[in-house]
Amino acid sequence: MWDFFLYCGIYLSLVMLLPMYRVVLGPTVFDRLMGVNAIGSKTVVLLLLIGFIYQKPDMFVDISLAYALLNFIAVVAISRFFYKRRRL
Amino acid sequence: MILDLVCILFVLGGLLFFTGGSIGIIRLPDFYTRMHPAGKLDSMGSLLVIIGLFLYILKIPNLLNVLTGLKIVLIAVFVYLSSPTATHCIVDAAMRAGLEPWRK
Repeated sequence: MWDFFLYCGIYLSLVMLLPMYRVVLGPTVFDRLMGVNAIGSKTVVLLLLIGFIYQKPDMFVDISLAYALLNFIAVVAISRFFYKRRRL
Repeated sequence: MILDLVCILFVLGGLLFFTGGSIGIIRLPDFYTRMHPAGKLDSMGSLLVIIGLFLYILKIPNLLNVLTGLKIVLIAVFVYLSSPTATHCIVDAAMRAGLEPWRK
């Protein structure tokens, strides 16, 4: 079961490279913002898997919950900035 | 043994949804169409992986594991509240900023 969680974590961190392409080469700034949001929602799950790999899920669950809150606040703040600015 | 198998099936389904969402982010032609896999498939994949880990941690039901499982369910509830809100915020900001939709 430990091997399964390890391989799932490695595969998930490889999948996170695909939105990273959109973050680096996105045509507009909203593409970059969407890629950051996608990477953050994958990182929440990756932190849970790391907790199961290190056999200490009670510590990593708190880190994952804090990361979910931080990701949501960051995305809402940047999109409210462009909402008020009314241009790209 | 059965519980391990169910956990593995849930986690693999979640990883499948994550893969589909990431390929959609690469392949689709426009910002508004790319927002569709980024908003939907990420929340579905998170829900499936979190259900799998919740079933795995309840295999030894003492007090610490039950509390950790409740926190994992709290993460799932928060993801289902926050992911559509973040998607709506980004699309609303893009419409207000004047980004043109894709035409054929």
